[in-house]
Amino acid sequence: MDLFEYQGKQFFASYDIPVSPGEAVSAVDDAVAAAERIGYPVVVKAQVQVGGRGKAGGIKLADDAASVREHATNILGMDIKGHTVEILWIERASDIAEEYYASFTLDRAAKKHLGMLSAQGGVEIEAVAETDPDAIAKIHVDPVDGLTPEACREWVLAANLNPDVTDGAVDILCKLYRAYTEGDADLVEINPLIVKPDGAVHALDAKVTLDANALFRHPDYEQYDATQVRDEREEAAHEKGLQYVGLDGSVGIIANGAGLAMSTVDVVSQVGGSPANFLDIGGGANADVMAGALEVINNDDKVRSIFINIFGGITRGEEVANGIVQALGRVDISSPIVIRLDGTNADEGRAILAEHASEKLLSEPTMLDAARRAVALAAEGA
Amino acid sequence: MAIFVDENTKVVYQGLTGSQGRFYGLRNRDYGTQVVAGTNPKKAGEDVDGIPIFATVGDAVEATGADVSCIFIPAPGVKAAVMEAAEGGVKMIVVITEGVPAQDEARFYNDLKRNFPDVQLLGPNCPGIISPGKCNIGITAGEIAMGGGPVGIVSRSGTLTYQALHELTQKGIGQTTCVGIGGDPVPGTTFIDCLERFEADPDTKAVMMIGEIGGSAEEEAAEFIKSSMTKPVAAYIAGVTAPPGKKMGHAGAIVSGGKGTAAAKMDALRDAGAQVGQNPTEAGELMADIVANL
Repeated sequence: MDLFEYQGKQFFASYDIPVSPGEAVSAVDDAVAAAERIGYPVVVKAQVQVGGRGKAGGIKLADDAASVREHATNILGMDIKGHTVEILWIERASDIAEEYYASFTLDRAAKKHLGMLSAQGGVEIEAVAETDPDAIAKIHVDPVDGLTPEACREWVLAANLNPDVTDGAVDILCKLYRAYTEGDADLVEINPLIVKPDGAVHALDAKVTLDANALFRHPDYEQYDATQVRDEREEAAHEKGLQYVGLDGSVGIIANGAGLAMSTVDVVSQVGGSPANFLDIGGGANADVMAGALEVINNDDKVRSIFINIFGGITRGEEVANGIVQALGRVDISSPIVIRLDGTNADEGRAILAEHASEKLLSEPTMLDAARRAVALAAEGA
Repeated sequence: MAIFVDENTKVVYQGLTGSQGRFYGLRNRDYGTQVVAGTNPKKAGEDVDGIPIFATVGDAVEATGADVSCIFIPAPGVKAAVMEAAEGGVKMIVVITEGVPAQDEARFYNDLKRNFPDVQLLGPNCPGIISPGKCNIGITAGEIAMGGGPVGIVSRSGTLTYQALHELTQKGIGQTTCVGIGGDPVPGTTFIDCLERFEADPDTKAVMMIGEIGGSAEEEAAEFIKSSMTKPVAAYIAGVTAPPGKKMGHAGAIVSGGKGTAAAKMDALRDAGAQVGQNPTEAGELMADIVANL
């Protein structure tokens, strides 16, 4: 789950990481009222989950109510790289002496946590990594040991920050590691991590991705789930508990298992089609789940044909076929469906599908044949 | 021969008294796996269809000589279950459970590595391991596998593992062992762990490898193939058309920052001398050619 900046800052604050006081608003009048409470100067910041907000004009400094009103009016509704701004974060402006970068994430190759720290903050860290890789100090943290203050201090010294802020940096980085591990984050990033003229170290931005698998430990994360950015199709699928990713094409895809669903998207593209989505219905393929999946795909206006790709393992072919037939009886499907059913008892399953075959319900024995058929049907329906 | 597990393997199921554990544990036994015990601290002394239940893995190991544990415990309990299994004395732990938090995985992976370096962890979020005709641990349908070799399979994705088994079985090509390593960010067993063992196993003559987008495990495997493998490898990578930044079901299946793309993985494998199919069927056909020329 990707958090907005304002949520990330609230998350940081709960681990005692210093952030600027501020308020999240979604209307111009509320922005002005928030600024009056916070005290000028304030920064009006667009809340979108994409980089480059500042360049796009989504971050503005305001000294009085009139300029807050002007900036809030301009930024609300603004499109930043395809993301519409619906929320503003109004925060007290900070005086900045220095800008650093800090983050923790999992290094999957090393199977340890990776901390990155750089004195070159405020710019994209990928750019720093490319032009001046030595400017990034890295530390691998074994999760069994955790980040000790001693190791953290060495890391800070290696990053060549202003020596006057070493203690402050160690303190905030230890807190950031705690937020990352105890908060079950996949990523915590502060860019920029600033030093104020008085030497205080402070998180001026917050990029946080939380692990949805850890919801059971953090029931309050439901609030973040509710604000996840999803298109209408993704929202509908999410409500049904389906693994769905929206794409732009015309061939709707349903498969059992993430790998097979990914593979199905690939094969449809390889034979010249364009997939409308990735949809994994999980191991079995019972009528309820199948009907839910078909409803989601059926509501996608761009879909011209549907490719159901099921590999029967423990769920036998005839069970899968019966599930599909039942689901079709419940949903009024507008596009033709091509089914590829394979695996355990595939013949029995195909026989059941054959009994219900029509212009709208076709069966093909292999993934490639089914993909070609679905793509041809999508072209006819275009 | 087979790798990791064979007809002598004795398995204890943590979570055998739950619905999933019971269903697959009994299926595994029907397949011929030596399912010797289950655990549940509240049901010690009871049995599941004749399989004795013990309070802990340690008790089960002592009484039955179990050497592998298979975990069907719900995600919140997996970290404790893995450590219990290691402390209990098994040599391999197979975690089928999906949805385990990444922080937990990183923690118990490193804990095992440090304190129980000889214990082989497989998963989490994996279909398990099958040495056809000998031992099936996990959720793979035994029907689609065929024993006798000469092909070993290692795969990051569940259904594509089945697809790979099926492609080979349909062509009359047997398998020595099929390992599903799972699609999570910190898999206990890697491609390289399996490739190393397949290379050393005299009955395995060729290896089929199924990868997917995200991470760098396939690139690392490619380096190993190049430097250390004499046996031929046929591979397939899922997710060629996956858009960057979107997770495709598996926690690990995401292209981020331009890294972990299918194209880069396929190039690395080709460069290492592996034959790479554009889809699972093509990979199966490539393997059939390899086997025909062995």
